[in-house]
Amino acid sequence: MGYALPDEGGHFGRYGGRFVSETLMRPLLELQEIYERLRQDSAFQEEFSEDLRLYVGRPSPLYPARRLTEKFGGARIYLKREDLNHTGAHKINNTVGQALLAKRMGKTRVIAETGAGQHGVATATVAARLGLECVIYMGAEDIQRQAINVFRMKLLGAKVVPVTSGSRTLKDALNEAMRDWVTNIENTFYIIGTVAGPHPYPAMVRDFQAVIGKEVRYQIMEFEGRLPDALVACVGGGSNAMGLFYPFLDDPAVALFGVEAAGRGLATGQHAASLSAGRPGVLHGNRTYLMETDDGQIIETHSISAGLDYPGVGPEHAWLKDSGRARYVAVTDDEALEAFHLLTRIEGIMPALESSHAIAYSGRLARELGRDACIVVNLSGRGDKDVHTIAAREGITL
Amino acid sequence: MTNRLADRFKALKVRGRTALIPFITAGDPEPRITVPLMHALAEAGADIIELGVPFSDPMADGPVIQKASERALAHHMSLAGVLAMVREFRSEDPHTPVVLMGYLNPVEAMGYDRFAAGAHEAGVDGVLTVDLPPEEGQELVTALRSRGIDPVFLLAPTSDAERIRRIVQLAGGFVYYVSLRGVTGAANFDLTEVAQKLRLIRAQTHLPVGVGFGISSPDAAAKVAGVADAVIVGSALVGRIAALASQPDRIATEAAAFVAQLRAAMDGATASASGSTSGVRA
Repeated sequence: MGYALPDEGGHFGRYGGRFVSETLMRPLLELQEIYERLRQDSAFQEEFSEDLRLYVGRPSPLYPARRLTEKFGGARIYLKREDLNHTGAHKINNTVGQALLAKRMGKTRVIAETGAGQHGVATATVAARLGLECVIYMGAEDIQRQAINVFRMKLLGAKVVPVTSGSRTLKDALNEAMRDWVTNIENTFYIIGTVAGPHPYPAMVRDFQAVIGKEVRYQIMEFEGRLPDALVACVGGGSNAMGLFYPFLDDPAVALFGVEAAGRGLATGQHAASLSAGRPGVLHGNRTYLMETDDGQIIETHSISAGLDYPGVGPEHAWLKDSGRARYVAVTDDEALEAFHLLTRIEGIMPALESSHAIAYSGRLARELGRDACIVVNLSGRGDKDVHTIAAREGITL
Repeated sequence: MTNRLADRFKALKVRGRTALIPFITAGDPEPRITVPLMHALAEAGADIIELGVPFSDPMADGPVIQKASERALAHHMSLAGVLAMVREFRSEDPHTPVVLMGYLNPVEAMGYDRFAAGAHEAGVDGVLTVDLPPEEGQELVTALRSRGIDPVFLLAPTSDAERIRRIVQLAGGFVYYVSLRGVTGAANFDLTEVAQKLRLIRAQTHLPVGVGFGISSPDAAAKVAGVADAVIVGSALVGRIAALASQPDRIATEAAAFVAQLRAAMDGATASASGSTSGVRA
């Protein structure tokens, strides 16, 4: 179709690319070559689809949220239920794909970074299934905040390595995973969890996550007989949003909204909204919007949701922002929490705090678009993992 | 325009000496010691000084240099601050070449042209941007060259002949061979493999070839001096600086003593081994 990015070097306009030390260039070029081949290989694609069906439980339902629609009093709202996937979030779509790739390449060891622990769990899960050695890098700070996910990873046989450098969070875990990869390239596959990193990762992760949007395209027909007026998804690194948006990029009538974490408010500086309030720079192998100081040092971000707490964003989102194809907005911690409670109480669905940002924005949008419109919101993960955070914030001891 | 890097390598070649390039992080453990430390290194036998520009996310560095970055950043060290240090150093030492080594983002934040102009004005001779492969590097290389600054590039064990060719076409000053797969300061390397790779590199370029990453002792420096045009020592020196972080006034003396040891070991090796390594150098 019309949209054909990235280019050969992994660029989305001026964004993306490959900004890594020379030692990693050859392995990245090799990965790109193999991925390009398997992308067109019907046996590989079939194996991937089968795994998604039998192991992940796809297709995930598209659920008409009638009481939420009524409550918001505007456009009809549909929830794409990625929370119903195996391990409870969209992350597994990508780890299943990359693990298949690792197996094809003959790698015996996989590594990953994780923030909230969802990608770590999804990686440890596929590693257990394929019998691969698995090492997960996680910021020491995040290990404290996400004890249950750490234990889940260990139960699955993964080694969880605490990262104590820098701000001791997701960005530092990514640095550490890169350092491991550059040292153990021969036997190790690095499973990046979002649409960031050096080429081919942003495109590859997007392609594996695109199953979300592909399913929405036919599922919405059953209810509406037409494509939706708008898609809404939260954006940290941006993989669930890219997976939903990508199959619709050539449909200009479908408006795209990415929702970033405004944390304590954009004006406070304590947020993770790199597209809304950052500027272009280079981090983790690609050029994209970043949260940085005037001197180009990366700054610590804040969000109630660990999965959105990242100072960069996938380069394709940077491109979609500049080109005007997608719009990026931001929702505060408080608004996300309110949406969490709302969806839990009136639909009986407990959303992840990440996804709660998308729910919150869909209320505003539904009223703007009015009753004739329909919106698909990506419910990217379930909220069980967040109950401790919510209890602590509301002063409740469990 | 004279080129301090080319002049220095030419002079060393005449004397049959291998260049010693110590690496320190600017502002580590505190900014006031950096310029005096640079002078002390030059006096102790450093031929070129590699000055690290601190970055919050040093993806290619091991723990020793990461911590050096953190100590410097705690004192709000910035790229502009690093340029000011070079300017100060240059006012007293017009000869010793200075190469900046760092990551791209601080340079992007300053702007390529502004950076190149500032670096030239300060007296910087070369710039090595660790996370900038040749595929992405043309624009910065053009900005640097327009100001007479050499763009220094990395070569790795994973670089094949095609990549080596591409990189040496873009590179200036010297090329920096990363002697192992891994981050800075990692375990030891295989000298035979290094010598083999250097032969491959020299078949494609007349630029001097430096070797670094994992050279931690005078003995190792001496061995590498037998095959390389320059020996780069980073983590081993930065580790010694870290150990003295609470007594910063001792750093210049102790660091100079270590550099003098490296120098002596290397000079012994190049003097005695000049016959046996001629095959490698050819």
